[in-house]
Amino acid sequence: MAAYIGTPTSRVDGRAKVTGEAKYAAEFNSDGLVYGAIVTSTIAKGRIKRLDASAAKRVDGVLDVLTHENRPHMADADQAWKDDVAPEKGSPFRPLYDDGIRFSRQPIALVLAREWEIAVFAATLLDVEYASEAHVTDLYAERDKAFVVEKPAKPRGDAPRAYAASEVRHEDEYFVPVEHHNPMELFAATVVWEGGGKLTVYDKTQGVQNVQRYVCSAFNKKPEDVRVVSAFMGGGFGAGLRPQYEVALAVLGALALQRSVRVVLSRAQMYGLGYRPATIERLAVGASKDGTLNAMTHEATAVTSEYEDFSRNDTGWGGVLYNSPNVNFVHRLARLDVSTPCDMRAPGAATGVYGLESAMDELAVALKLDPVELRLKSYSDRDRNEDRPYTSKQLRECYAQGAAAFGWSRRNPEPRSMRDGKELVGWGMASGVWEALQMPAAARIVLTANGHADVSCAASDIGTGTYTILAQVAADALGLPIENISVKLGDSTLPDAPVEGGSWMAASASHAVIATAEEVRTELLAAAKTIENSPLADAKAEDVVLADGKIMSKHDQSRAVSITDIMRHSGADRILKEKKHEFGEDSSHARNTHSAVFVEVKIDEELGIIRVTRVVSAVAAGRILNTKTAASQIIGGVVWGIGMALHEETVFDHRFGRIMNANIAEYHVPVNADIHDIKVIFVDEPDEKINKLGVKGVGEIGIVGVPAAIANAVYHATGTRVRDLPITLDKVLG
Amino acid sequence: MPTSTAPDADTSLPGKIPITLTVNGTEAQLQLSPWVSLLDALRDRLNLTGTKKGCDHGQCGACTVIVDGRRVLSCLTLAVMKDGAKVTTVEGLASGGTLHPVQQAFIDQDAFQCGYCTSGQICSAVALIAEGRAKSADEIRELMSGNICRCGAYPNIVAAIQQAMGRA
Amino acid sequence: MINFRYSRAGDVADAVRQIASEPRAKFVAGGTNLLDLMKYEVERPGHLIDISRLPLTGIEETASGRVRIGALVPNSDLAYHPLIEERYPMLSSAIRAGASQQLRNMASTGGNLLQRTRCSYFYDVATPCNKREPGSGCSAIDGHNRMHAILGTSEACIATHPSDMCVALAALEANVNVAGPAGERVIAFADFHRLPGDTPQRDTNLEPNEIITAIELPARGFAQNYTYIKIRDRLSYAFALVSVAAALELEGKNIKEARLALGGIAHKPWRDENAEAALRGQNATRDTFKRAADILLSGAKAYAHNAFKIELARRAIVRALTQAAQGTPQSQSNKKVL
Repeated sequence: MAAYIGTPTSRVDGRAKVTGEAKYAAEFNSDGLVYGAIVTSTIAKGRIKRLDASAAKRVDGVLDVLTHENRPHMADADQAWKDDVAPEKGSPFRPLYDDGIRFSRQPIALVLAREWEIAVFAATLLDVEYASEAHVTDLYAERDKAFVVEKPAKPRGDAPRAYAASEVRHEDEYFVPVEHHNPMELFAATVVWEGGGKLTVYDKTQGVQNVQRYVCSAFNKKPEDVRVVSAFMGGGFGAGLRPQYEVALAVLGALALQRSVRVVLSRAQMYGLGYRPATIERLAVGASKDGTLNAMTHEATAVTSEYEDFSRNDTGWGGVLYNSPNVNFVHRLARLDVSTPCDMRAPGAATGVYGLESAMDELAVALKLDPVELRLKSYSDRDRNEDRPYTSKQLRECYAQGAAAFGWSRRNPEPRSMRDGKELVGWGMASGVWEALQMPAAARIVLTANGHADVSCAASDIGTGTYTILAQVAADALGLPIENISVKLGDSTLPDAPVEGGSWMAASASHAVIATAEEVRTELLAAAKTIENSPLADAKAEDVVLADGKIMSKHDQSRAVSITDIMRHSGADRILKEKKHEFGEDSSHARNTHSAVFVEVKIDEELGIIRVTRVVSAVAAGRILNTKTAASQIIGGVVWGIGMALHEETVFDHRFGRIMNANIAEYHVPVNADIHDIKVIFVDEPDEKINKLGVKGVGEIGIVGVPAAIANAVYHATGTRVRDLPITLDKVLG
Repeated sequence: MPTSTAPDADTSLPGKIPITLTVNGTEAQLQLSPWVSLLDALRDRLNLTGTKKGCDHGQCGACTVIVDGRRVLSCLTLAVMKDGAKVTTVEGLASGGTLHPVQQAFIDQDAFQCGYCTSGQICSAVALIAEGRAKSADEIRELMSGNICRCGAYPNIVAAIQQAMGRA
Repeated sequence: MINFRYSRAGDVADAVRQIASEPRAKFVAGGTNLLDLMKYEVERPGHLIDISRLPLTGIEETASGRVRIGALVPNSDLAYHPLIEERYPMLSSAIRAGASQQLRNMASTGGNLLQRTRCSYFYDVATPCNKREPGSGCSAIDGHNRMHAILGTSEACIATHPSDMCVALAALEANVNVAGPAGERVIAFADFHRLPGDTPQRDTNLEPNEIITAIELPARGFAQNYTYIKIRDRLSYAFALVSVAAALELEGKNIKEARLALGGIAHKPWRDENAEAALRGQNATRDTFKRAADILLSGAKAYAHNAFKIELARRAIVRALTQAAQGTPQSQSNKKVL
């Protein structure tokens, strides 16, 4: 039954992507398409006193300039703008709503013209006068005013007291700056005016149905009048979980002109969207002399906007990973005059575990204990936050296999002890952890008499490999060769799926396909029974499988009927089934993925140049549906971790309340030359409790732990502990 | 500093200029304003959307195409300046139903995820192999560093290029 | 991007004629920097004169043993030209350290000299910048100045010149041949780029109505003992924090001739005659190199975020001179600094 699941199947959408046939949101050209260019604010806070678009409107080819003064109607109520994943508290941003300026680079006008270049030119002719107000964009300046937000992981014992009584202690702060996703594709929406009030919206989004509901409620449209499509997305990483303002602007433009409109953000304008919030991670960890953890305090203070409370779980991971009798977790938010942060790859964990695993390394140094040993000393077989067992947790194997593959046993623990010519060599490690989430999702299968199946679901494949794993799962569940499966995704009219994020799509969508395939099998069996002298006349549903294009008895493969014969007999040319799958409510077990990350850095002793020469990431994430695409997910996560550790920082000039590296030349992400040997190990982790397939998802776990492992390796190489990311070379110049 | 526009601002449009481009072997006659980039000419005028716009400022490499045998950034190229040029885009690499060896290698090695940098990576890799200067993995990495892959497929991109070079 | 007219220059004389008649005109060749800046509205030319088809693409040896490089030779062609690789490998190396192969394929030799700074305030029209808008103030002096200059700065501007190629050209003592309404003239490389002073809007001493026609390299190429080291925030495709072009002529251990130029630390490729003089006639030792570095950096001034550059530059100079002396030039592919 598992001809494809678990194999390194090449991407089924690969050909479309290597030939340029795959179409992204800005690539749907239609006759009479109007191009929208966005104008954004140059101040961070205040209001628009005067906005004169008369010169822009004089340009031949400009059809209109939309501002807060002349835009079409949109909803006033906050609730109407709350998408599926909006923060609970707050008033979502809506473009061109009023004269208020809440952050620098806020959109203030949309210039609509018959050619892109004309719109861009006319946008330079807008005359804007602002009434500025004092703004604050510096987390440290607002830190004292930060307020506490409730988080699931609760304190246990008396951490401050236990910490004070601990024989060996470490306490410090770690800082992660604002980081931007910078997916390669610019945020874009093409709204096709279909007539009769109907809109087809090609949007860069990780959730077509989320955007569909959002457009309907914000613009008072009927559900049947709005179709949202995102079959391919040029990178999301969380940036496209919530509807972004390009789609609202494109809809406004289409409504104003009653024509098709495309809006594409510039790279600079994408710095006015969401981001990973700057976060101060304060850790205090105490242990007895033998390394037994005794106390852990983790306090996070993160940025949010003035208008929404966005936060994720930075704290609490220590209670999932380790056994400490006394813990205290506090999460605070500071409001700044910036746009609302949003999810970015492993939100909360990438930042929180960086702090936690850096502190654990410092504790290991203080204890003179091997960092892996320290972690094994406090290894927890239960989720201590909720006091429950795991569905599975093979983290111990991750440490063992990762360390062996890396050669960890050859490490000299002394900082600055290992060299390669002019370079200091550092070996560092860290643990990683993420949640194995799963959501209700539906799928449709249309099986035709020639043994082909169309599988569809509204889920988006943002590069994660959803097309491919669903084709594998469907091929196995239907007993067909994978070439006979075609998968359709990213269309709001398809069966329900959650937004693509949090690593939950693999489990969610694959089980929807399995459940639907079971319905197909049931119908095939019923039809097979009606055939005269059917070899399956007395077979029960649980006794048959689909394989080799046939439905057959599990016990006797000769008792089989081909799909073609069943269809011919029943006179049907196809079987269509749609089924929504929900996972059973069960909070008795913790569901997590884990990793152990081992890193080698080489650092020029005089010049500070840091090279990450080797990474081994050993991952326990249940069953791996596709070892090729899943390994790519982990490699990608490691590359992100390298960027987070060494390169990435959104730089604000707080005087202007403005991002000064709003581009992809000075906002550094790793380039090819920065990336060397990355080895991915998937530790065997059978999990019969979590779900039928034992799938946990791998999108986030790859990044978690990597920044700390690198920071720890940098310390081991240089003896310098850098506690604020990114670790640029000036911070290690002795 | 607020932008300020004089009331007598020049709002005139530049005149259009006739040019010829040979794109993937097919000659195209275009009437273009001088401000149209080769990238937008391909995507918006010739409907060849395989070439991607990732930054529009020469910082990411997604728009890489091959012009008269050299890999260049189409976003920083004015189309009118390339009158008479031969342009190869990702759409022009496969012959019939057979993928270019670099395209096939990208699939085999899983050298992409979201696919958005892929056209630029592939055009860049095809040109890199033709340039013949990259031999070691380090040289491939360096000479492919103008193509950012935010999904982080770099090790697989290097492997794909090595495969296409025939030394996998 | 604003509206602009477009024309092609038929020959150099035509180019000069055209630019003289259009005060808001600019030449465009590779376009890699100009179009970028036009898209950000930093540059707002009313007319682009396309010089890319002018026949300025040769690389040839002159009768006097110099090498003349046409202003329109693409950076990549220059880097890989056999004559340049053989006789001026430092130039080849410096070019390969900059930008990406795509950009090097586009960028012209002349245009490389005219690259404008990467100062983020210069690039953002929402912020004051004396270089972009004279008199509006320098945002970098009290702002983010980690990438900024430590030598030759002024109260008006602390921006750096972004080119790698120019650092090598400075060290090689190239000449810049230009043509203008008054005919041709030659500008020594050291006199080509300017310090900001109180006119930071002017990067070079090229007149607005002049065109670069060629770069000429003296016969002396330092092909035995040279290096180019570039230190940056990622291992490729990033602008220099500090870069060093170092070239020596040795007699045994004794330094007969020395050239030292730095990038990333000033408004122009930085050379210091006193530092070079301190190398000449000395033995090629670490102490000699340190002394030269100290001299070169003696007037360095740090701002809030770039103090590290002084020590980094000092060490990079010593390392570069060591590589040059040992005849082990830095690879631009293997990122381990020898």
